[in-house]
Amino acid sequence: MPRVNPIDTEYFKDERKPDFTVIGTTVQRSDALGHVTGRTEFFEDRTFPGLAHVKIHRSAHHHAKIDDVDCSEALAVPGVLRVITYRDVPSNWYVVLRLIGIEPNDEPVLAEDRVLYKGEPIVAVVADSEAAALEGVRRVKVSYTELPAVFDVEEALAPDAPIIKQAGTNYFVYEGHHARRLRFGDVERGFAEADYIFEWRYSSAPIEHAPTETTGCIVVPQSGGRLLIHSNTQAAFFTLDNTALILDRPFTDLQVKGGTVGGGFGGKVDVMVEPLACIAAMLTHRPVKFVYTREEEMQVSSPRAAERIYIKDGVMNDGRIVARKVMLYVDAGAYSRHSPYGTTKACAHLPGPYTIPNVYADCHCVYTNRTPSSAMRGFGVTIADFALESQMDRIARALDMDPLQFRLRNAYRDGDMKAHRKVASGTALIEVIQRAAALVGHDLPEEYRAMSSKGGAA
Amino acid sequence: MRIVNLKVNGVGQAFLARPETTLLLALREQLGLTGAKRGCAQGACGSCTVLLDGEPVVSCLVPAATVDGADIATVEGLADGEKLSDVQQAFLDGFATQCGFCTPGMIMSAEALLDRNPNPTRDEVNEAISGNVCRCTGYEPIVSAILDAAERRREGAKL
Repeated sequence: MPRVNPIDTEYFKDERKPDFTVIGTTVQRSDALGHVTGRTEFFEDRTFPGLAHVKIHRSAHHHAKIDDVDCSEALAVPGVLRVITYRDVPSNWYVVLRLIGIEPNDEPVLAEDRVLYKGEPIVAVVADSEAAALEGVRRVKVSYTELPAVFDVEEALAPDAPIIKQAGTNYFVYEGHHARRLRFGDVERGFAEADYIFEWRYSSAPIEHAPTETTGCIVVPQSGGRLLIHSNTQAAFFTLDNTALILDRPFTDLQVKGGTVGGGFGGKVDVMVEPLACIAAMLTHRPVKFVYTREEEMQVSSPRAAERIYIKDGVMNDGRIVARKVMLYVDAGAYSRHSPYGTTKACAHLPGPYTIPNVYADCHCVYTNRTPSSAMRGFGVTIADFALESQMDRIARALDMDPLQFRLRNAYRDGDMKAHRKVASGTALIEVIQRAAALVGHDLPEEYRAMSSKGGAA
Repeated sequence: MRIVNLKVNGVGQAFLARPETTLLLALREQLGLTGAKRGCAQGACGSCTVLLDGEPVVSCLVPAATVDGADIATVEGLADGEKLSDVQQAFLDGFATQCGFCTPGMIMSAEALLDRNPNPTRDEVNEAISGNVCRCTGYEPIVSAILDAAERRREGAKL
């Protein structure tokens, strides 16, 4: 195939293997013909005789004790086959990263005695038709006692904040600590020696992936009690292991068919529909579809976490950053999902691609009464980068320095010790900035054009 | 419940429509044509776009009982055997698909545009697909593919 955008391979020429030939060429997607002809089979394109439908009665409050759940009127709706409450869930805990050791048990599949966010699932209704399932959902009656709610990460950590989590803290505990921590050098000494101190606050709102295809699955009972799950999950193995753990059945009882995802972006990594659809199929012995409405996708599917980030930098007259302190807060919402991992990623990304001799960071994974957040495209890193690079631009402006020169002065080089105590290798930030500057006609002085990632410490 | 007779991709079809059956559900569940997708079921995303007597409609909002006698075109009817329509081929060649969920609706909106305007401007293409949401590619390759398809059609018409 022709190279449409020839790429510059010079810098990494020693690392390229001669049989690696795809980058820089044009390769057709293997599924594109199916897409343009409408033949690509998404999970909902399959039909099954006797298909039943699941819909969910959800919490009307952000934080409340559940006093009573009355399903009698729902069961009386023509076409309603079953209602499912937490009592029907064999192991009512969803902890997506349980198999890599994430604890404690945190999120009920269906709420038991309380709800921690508006829209939390309480009762599943299984019916012959979507319309009957929705009518059943409307007729479930839940009585609540409302509890104080908290919606802000720093308010959730304040001494007088209501503790919303049964584990006893409004933050995820990392090996006994209140935050994922990074300690390198002596940041206070760095600030004391610095010519300037710059400190700013950055924050972001939750972002919904809004895939055009909403989250869903169809579960089909097989002979011998196995369950076949047609899913649009992005994570077939998360789906397989978490569903089996929730059903308290061996992994071999489940078969997941997936891989065709109508937009995911991280929003289809959590295991939200398959366990309940499996339970419904087991209880009714029918194929069952559970697919989010657009409203559910927008309200209750996990968004990218809101974050708040404070960055304090000590900077010398010549533009060297000598100390960086970061206080970072990830709003996990009511439950963990992937946020403990995302927060660790944020910490691993600090202090950005710069060599700074003194670094201190506390990255908090905070629980609030908001919709649980989770994976989305570079979660943990994306918002941290927004904050870090905004900080770099603002400092450059404050010092009346060219922002590219300011970055080049601080860019990490091969051989530098990073704050995580790993020696930097394979760096190319300097060359990328030099090349980008040339492409947009941004003149760099000779001193900066001569810099190299292989040129030793900054 | 009433019997609906219509043509889909040139072929006569009949089905029983309940009052709440939409054209989208009838196509997908009763006629087995799953190219049109259900993305929002509220007329907001365009994934279910088909042509109703040549005009693009969001089929999730069209009661099936109202289309008796209509002529419906869906993505399944565009290719002639293995030969793709110009719009399909341009989408394929122009990398205008990613997850593929919006693609059938996007293509039907494009077909309708080129049927009534063989030489659209970029702005006219933007307008024609303004009801079709894509969350993956960004719209640039899609718009470019539709302009490419327009050119292919004009070249084809000269032959």
